[in-house]
Amino acid sequence: MSEILTDNNNKVHVENMNFYYGNVQALFDINMDIAEKKVTAFIGPSGCGKSTFLRTLNRMNDIIDGTRIEGKVLIDGSDIYNPMTDVVALRKKVGMIFQKSNPFPKSIFDNIAYGPRLHGVKDKNQLMEIVESCLIKSALWDEVKDRLDKSAMGLSGGQQQRLCIARALAINPEVVLMDEPASALDPKSTLKIEDLVNELKKDYTIIIVTNNMQQAGRVSDYTAFFYEGKLIEFGATGQIFTKPNQKQTEDYITGRFG
Amino acid sequence: MNSKRTGEKVIYWLMRGITYLVVVFIAYILIDILIHGLPAISWEFITGDPEKSGAEGGIFPAILGTLFLVIGTIVVALPLGMFSAIYLTEYARQSKFTQTIRMAIVTLAGVPSIVFGLFGLGLFVVALDFGASILAGSLTLACMILPTIIVASEEALKAVPKYMREGSLALGATKWETIYKNVLPYALPGMLTGAILGIGRAAGETAPILLTAAAFFLPELPSSVYDQVMALPYHLYILATQHPEAQKILPMQYGTALVLLFLVIGLNFVAIILRIKVRKKYKW
Amino acid sequence: MNKQRLKAKIIKYFLQSCGSLSIIIVLLIFLFLFKEAFPFIGSPGIGELFHNIWNPVSFQKEEFGLVPLITGSVLVTILATVIAIPFGIIGAVYISEVASAKEREFLKPFIEILAGIPSVVLGFFGLIVIAPFIKDLFGLNTGLTALTGAVLLAFMAIPTIMSISEDAIKSVPAAYKEASLALGASKLETIWKVVVPAALSGIVASVMLGMGRVVGETMTVMMVTGNAPVISMNPFTSVRTMTATIAAEMGEVTIGSDHYMALFWVGIVLMLMTFSLNLISYRVLKKYGMIDK
Repeated sequence: MSEILTDNNNKVHVENMNFYYGNVQALFDINMDIAEKKVTAFIGPSGCGKSTFLRTLNRMNDIIDGTRIEGKVLIDGSDIYNPMTDVVALRKKVGMIFQKSNPFPKSIFDNIAYGPRLHGVKDKNQLMEIVESCLIKSALWDEVKDRLDKSAMGLSGGQQQRLCIARALAINPEVVLMDEPASALDPKSTLKIEDLVNELKKDYTIIIVTNNMQQAGRVSDYTAFFYEGKLIEFGATGQIFTKPNQKQTEDYITGRFG
Repeated sequence: MNSKRTGEKVIYWLMRGITYLVVVFIAYILIDILIHGLPAISWEFITGDPEKSGAEGGIFPAILGTLFLVIGTIVVALPLGMFSAIYLTEYARQSKFTQTIRMAIVTLAGVPSIVFGLFGLGLFVVALDFGASILAGSLTLACMILPTIIVASEEALKAVPKYMREGSLALGATKWETIYKNVLPYALPGMLTGAILGIGRAAGETAPILLTAAAFFLPELPSSVYDQVMALPYHLYILATQHPEAQKILPMQYGTALVLLFLVIGLNFVAIILRIKVRKKYKW
Repeated sequence: MNKQRLKAKIIKYFLQSCGSLSIIIVLLIFLFLFKEAFPFIGSPGIGELFHNIWNPVSFQKEEFGLVPLITGSVLVTILATVIAIPFGIIGAVYISEVASAKEREFLKPFIEILAGIPSVVLGFFGLIVIAPFIKDLFGLNTGLTALTGAVLLAFMAIPTIMSISEDAIKSVPAAYKEASLALGASKLETIWKVVVPAALSGIVASVMLGMGRVVGETMTVMMVTGNAPVISMNPFTSVRTMTATIAAEMGEVTIGSDHYMALFWVGIVLMLMTFSLNLISYRVLKKYGMIDK
């Protein structure tokens, strides 16, 4: 089933997508449109395919042996699985935040400068500007401005995750994928990340996978419910949480399973 | 019950005894060579030329020769082994081809050193006409230590967590940029550990260079890679078994053995220390 | 963009060719052993190799029978294995199941040193210390015997047997041990009746790898076994192994002569022996998941 959300410009368009790990089918006939500069949340019990689906949007599944995809994924109207697509440019455009914060064992500065340097920024002042603006955007600047040359491994878990967000922003993405970004964090750090997501949606299209339904309710404009590799229901967050159309969605939301 | 306990105790002590017998044997070798070798070590012994067919004088050309061989070996084997490991861990997918490579590495690791000597003789000395030379010896030794370097490099690469790769790829790095900038720097110390172990092995081996590079006595130091060299292990072998007055020049033999042992065990020791340091530095 | 793709392809193919280097070297080894040995089949004829006498330098009749060299290698290898097995296996059991953590931290690296001692140094030590000891102990004319070589080679095989057996013992699931202990078996009974049998295939593989090392060892045996090419199964006689024969005689032969070719045949037999020992143990270890595929 497909739901077209017409009140917005659509950034991502997915059509009849099937996805396989070897012989095991993980996603079944997904159709979806994702709105620009909004927050879209993917919810569902673990193993439902929501993370797999997220990773198809920047082709991170490519690096896993034996995966196969059918159907179309369009971003800004161009098919990202077209053989001529430049995966590197795609991943520049579609940034990603991982479940487990993964700062590189380098200084805070070098972590954020990693992406810009790859893409050809060499000027020290320009790098400094990027680092500063990204740290300000990720609400980390005040905490780390005096120790940019210190190792990122010394930061707390919540700080590390915000650093990873800053790092992703440094390559000027248009879409930011977040794979359970707060699942390993304490409630206080989680709230900080959620505030940040609210702030960032002014400039970025954000897609967030979460296991925490309250979180989906708090941060997202749209919510998609996945179950056993299928997209069961997709709509405005308010509607999904108050009067879902599907029985399975209701059961999940009300805590009857999952 | 009680007698059963006593019986078990006796067996535990037996097991302990057998294990420590090996320890004692090792300690005996080390101490024996240290005690008899130390008096022979002097500045002149390390830096001097052999005199009277090695009965007097020093072993400098042999030390230098071993150094040349080892440098030649590592210059060839380290990059090849590293690239091979990068291919196996980062690029290769499970296939007949990669399984064949793994099988070949295991086979190579089990080839007797003297067979490497025959191979080096046939290929490098005769077919490629390098003659018995540093070049032929180094290439032969490089083939021999290749598996050591590949296996150690693979382990070092695998120790770098997957998220380092994913994180970099997600930032729009190409595969090679990811490997070069975000994997290799952290795997390098571990790879060096393997390289040092390989060097240790190459420095101590006699059989392969016997047929491809080594000479017992050369009036001059080698001047190019096409020259033969003297080498520590070969020098010790000749002094101990072929020298007409082998019994009388025992101190020279012990001195050579000590220098060789010091070199090889020293290298192993450095590798172990390095490994411990790396593990402490990157706790993933 | 196309340039980037091309670059990625070039890098991949370059790394792939480095990866296949191991295969190429193995093939080259076989190729060159056979290439150098091959003309021997025409003259003096492959049948020569099956004779019982190795006498390659003679004014009357040169003999290239490999039998005494093979029996020499087999005798030394079997003796060394018999000596090494108890030390290797009991040591592995002791280190993994009995020793305290502190003891283990000392024992493991210390025994590793043994694997690092150059074979020529071990041979030298054998010549100066072990050979006279064996000569006096058994009242022999010479200490340079198969037994002397076997003792030293046993110690070369011990680190291999110990470390791989230890891995095998460690990979026995704790549940087996717990089940046995829960049934009232003592720790010692559990070790010998449950743990060791469960790890047996790994232990056997470790012994075979150790044997592979022993068969191929050159300098030590050349220095201490006396180098007499006679067919004997008596540990107190001098023998000459295949490895020692190549090492000792290759320096004096004319390249391309019958003797030169015969020595390459010795190499082929040696290569096949170690190759099959390694292949079998690799298969066993792989089957039990002790090597990743």
